Parts: sequence; C-alpha cells; structure tokens
Amino acid sequence: MSHTTHLPDRRAVPDRDEAAGAAPDRTTPRRRAHSRHWTAWAFLAPAALYLLLFYAYPLYRNLDLSLRDYTVRSFVRGDAPFTGLANYQTVFDDPTFAPALAHTTAFAAVSLLFQYAIGLALAVFFNEHFRLSATLRALFLVPWLLPLIVSASTWSWMLNSDSGIVNAALNAVGIDSVNWLTSPSWSLTSVIIANIWIGVPFNLVVLYSGLQSIPSSLYEAAALDGAGAWRRFRSITLPLLRPVSAITLLLGLIYTLKVFDIIWIMTKGGPADSSTTFATWSYRLGFGNLLPAFGPGAAVGNLLIVAALGFGLMHLRVQRKQYAS
Amino acid sequence: MKTITTPSRPRRTRATWWKTATGLLLTGVMLFPVYWMLNVSFTRNQDMRKGHPDLFPAHGTLRGYRAVLEQQLPYLGTSLVIGLGTVVLTVALAAPAGYALAKLRPRGGSVLSFLFLVAQMIPGIVMAMGFYAVYLSLGLLQSVPGLIVADSTLAVPFAVLVLTAFMSGIPEELLQAAKADGAGPLRTFRSIVLPMSRNAVVTVSLFAFLWSWSDFVFASTLAGGSTHEPITLGIYHYIGNNNQEWNAIMATAVVASLPTTVILVLAQRYVAAGVTAGAMKD
Repeated sequence: MSHTTHLPDRRAVPDRDEAAGAAPDRTTPRRRAHSRHWTAWAFLAPAALYLLLFYAYPLYRNLDLSLRDYTVRSFVRGDAPFTGLANYQTVFDDPTFAPALAHTTAFAAVSLLFQYAIGLALAVFFNEHFRLSATLRALFLVPWLLPLIVSASTWSWMLNSDSGIVNAALNAVGIDSVNWLTSPSWSLTSVIIANIWIGVPFNLVVLYSGLQSIPSSLYEAAALDGAGAWRRFRSITLPLLRPVSAITLLLGLIYTLKVFDIIWIMTKGGPADSSTTFATWSYRLGFGNLLPAFGPGAAVGNLLIVAALGFGLMHLRVQRKQYAS
Repeated sequence: MKTITTPSRPRRTRATWWKTATGLLLTGVMLFPVYWMLNVSFTRNQDMRKGHPDLFPAHGTLRGYRAVLEQQLPYLGTSLVIGLGTVVLTVALAAPAGYALAKLRPRGGSVLSFLFLVAQMIPGIVMAMGFYAVYLSLGLLQSVPGLIVADSTLAVPFAVLVLTAFMSGIPEELLQAAKADGAGPLRTFRSIVLPMSRNAVVTVSLFAFLWSWSDFVFASTLAGGSTHEPITLGIYHYIGNNNQEWNAIMATAVVASLPTTVILVLAQRYVAAGVTAGAMKD
C-alpha cells in the first residue's frame, strides 16, 4: 500500500523540476526557497565552522581558563579545579590593577585625542586640492601599514637615552636629555607618542573621506556670507563631520584597547609597571614569566573583551542610527 | 593648517605651490622615523653610540644588510609561507561566505554578519591565550599551519565584510541570466561572481598578507622557540640578544617593511579601497 502511493510521488519529482526549469516563477516557491536556503548555507558553512572553531572555541577556552585554578601541570592535563571567580578576585586585588586601569585609560584617551586632532587637521589640509596631494596622502599611510615591530623598534632607538635622535635634538636646543624608555615618569608618554604616530593615518583617511562628502557649495555660500576660515570650520566642517568622527573615535578606541605589540616591544610595560596596560599585563601573566599564571591572565583578557565589546556595540548602534537617518 | 579656504578657482594656481610645500614638509616630518630607520641601517657600529648621531649615513656600511642575508633569510621565508597561506585560507573561506551573504541571503545570514563584525573587536592577546590552550592539546604549537590558522583570524572577518559589501553591488540581472542559461550556484559563483569581484579579492588578499606578515602577538605566543619562526620574532630576538648592532636590527626592519612598500607602490588604490571599506587594523 505504501509502496503504491509512493511510486507516483517519486515520479512527480522530476516532473516538478522540469516545470521549475520552464516556468521558474510559478512552481512551489516554498520548496525553491528551501533549497536556496540550503545552497546558501553550503557556501557559508566553511566560514561559519571556522568562526565556531577558531573564534568561539578559543574564547570559550579562555573563559574556562579564567574560572579554574590552573598550574602548568593541570594546564597540560586539563584537570584544574573549578574556582569560580577567584581569578577575577586575584586580579582586582593585585597591586597592578589600579595602575593598569589608569594607564589603559590614559593611553587610550591621550592617543585618541591627538590622533583625531592631528588626523582632522591633516584631512582638512589634504582636502584642499594641490599638486602631489594624492601622492603625499598615500605616503601618510606608511606608518599605519608598517609592521608594528618595525615601528616600535625604530621608535625605541630614536628614543634611546644616550644615542637617540630625539635626545640629540633636545640637546641641540638646550633641553636636557630625557630617559624616555627607562624612566617610570616618561615610559607611558613614550609609548603614547609612538601609538599616536601609528594611528594618525587611519584618522586622516577616514576623516578625509568624510570631508569629501560635504558639498563644497556650503563653504562657498558661507564664504559669500562673510564667514572666515575658522568660522566655516566650526559651523560647517565639525557638525557635518560628527557622524564620521563618532565612528572614527569609537573604532580608534577599540583598536587602542587592543594595543599590545608597541608597548611590549618598547618597554615591556615597565619600568616597574609604569607603562603596563591591561593588554600587556594579561600577556605578562600568561606568557611573560617563567611560571605562567594562565588563570589571572585569562581573567584580565576577559575584562578587556568586555570593555572592547561594550564600545563595539556602541559603535554598531551609532553606525546603525546613521544608516537609518 | 587652519586655513580652510575653499578652492576658489582663480586663486588656485597662485595658492597651490605653498600648499604643496607645506604638504611636503608635513610628509617629511611624518615619515622621519622611516628615514631614521634607513639611516641607522647604514650606520657603522663605531658611529652608532655617538651622542650626536649622524643625520646622514656619511660612512655608510652594508654590514647590517649582510647580517640580514646571513641570519634572517629563514625567518623571512617562513613569514612569506605563512603570509601566502593566510591569503589562500582567508579568500577560500571568505569569498563563498561573501557570495552567500550578499546574493543568496539565507535566514540567519545577518546574525552571522553581525558575529563577524563583533569578532573583529576581540583583542588579539585574548585570542592568543585561547589559541595557546587549544593548540597545546592539539599539538599545533610551534607549527606553521597552526600559525596560518591563527593569523587568518585577523583577516577573515574583515574579508567577509568587504566581499559581502562588494558582491552586493553585482547586478542581479547578471546572476538571473546565468541561471536562465542553466548555471547552478557553484557555477555562477566561479564564473561570474568571483571574476567580477577581482578588485575586492585583491584588496582582501593584500590586507591578509600584510597582517599576517606583521603579526607579533600570535607569533610570540604560538610559535616562540619553533624551528620556523616568522620575521617579527627574528627582529624581536635581535633586539633582545645583540643590543649593540642596531644597524643589523634596522636593516632587518627595512627588509621586513618591503611588503608594505611594494603594496603602497603597486596597489595603492586597493589599499585606499580597503581603508574606506571600514578597515580596522588590529
């Protein structure tokens, strides 16, 4: 019985497909949508699987690390006891916590301020049309595209106390040498300077593309009304650039929170934690000592994730609002 | 710099020469560290520790570059292999995903796009620690394939987002025409979508290569002590070990900057496209 009812059904399948070929719009849209859905996911599968295996799983392992009491041996054997939030407690009680928080905040705030201000000034300048403008703008990308280890080691040598060009230049104008990388009061400033240098090109490029979308007729009208250059900048450029500025600053912030290479290569977070941020602290806990403290290291890393994702979601909201308007 | 004169046509020719001069000056200031890297790479050892460093390599030496040839070539080779591997893996994963998200638009696709967007925001140092734990149990530490996979996490989300945006611009009629000619989704992807997305694929490949070439975080956590270490670790060991030979360190840095230079000279428009596509460097 079931056999007989099945047979015509089966024969109907190729019929239907032929019909679909002949008149694609009229036949069983649900079935076609269904197969289209699966085709799409077949194309997506590698990337989705990748996301699961190489983003989600390492992050899960990281979370797991932060909730257990790992030693080197239990790290290898995987039988570390569950300790809840003990690692987070350790991190909060650590004498490094308060300085690391302060340095991370200062590093981000000062870097962003200068990157944005310099980037905007340069974007406004390059928005003027002059010979070589495009070429020079491309050259400005160099610091951003160089491997961070190259930039960081170059700055290290430039800021060297005895033989660095920066101190030589200071001496030439009668200022005493500064121990840029070896004095606790200057190390944070040094890494901030290097980071500003690296971040300016990104701000320049994004803000420049923002400036391009401001119609020049606005400036011409304002100029006819007698508005000076500064006035035009204040009343046209800044307000119309606000959406782009918001995105630039938020992306810059997310990027700055992640900065690890520059600080680690230039100062290793030292001397005496004077340039330690959450990123370098996390690395030092996990990899920088002979006896790794994976648990607390992962805990610091997770705090960093929370901060980055917080600002990240803010960024997405700002962006979505702009699409809507 | 604060003078935001509108480009009023008549004054333009008169006014631009000093703008070009200012532009040259600013670029010079900005690129001074790059010049300094070159200068130091040619400086003799005995001139290195002078209180007033020479502004030009008057007594230039190629010692530093000889050291690169003698000691750093294996590192450079490893980085090249890892960079190319990352490019292949990134494009292989991201191009089909971009096509699906842009043109096939399955249910749940937007959630995946969102996850890729979020994935870009995770700090590399956190990923590195997770990868370390995973690789330790898989035995992938200090391996080239392991580093390729880890490095591709820097580029895959960016690649998916850029390719999706680009492929959305491919006219729907073209795909409909291919379908009418009997091409399946795979055929459409291979013969129409992929060739048309050439520019976006180039942009994505360039950034994937550059990021994996520049990677230090994954290299130092996952590849440290391996027989195949990338160039970033080569430089890092140099800084740590022979603190005196800064000409050799800077010469290595110059060589490590070559991909950046090549990309800027040959593929500038692709770079600009990548940046304006909302590029984030991590």
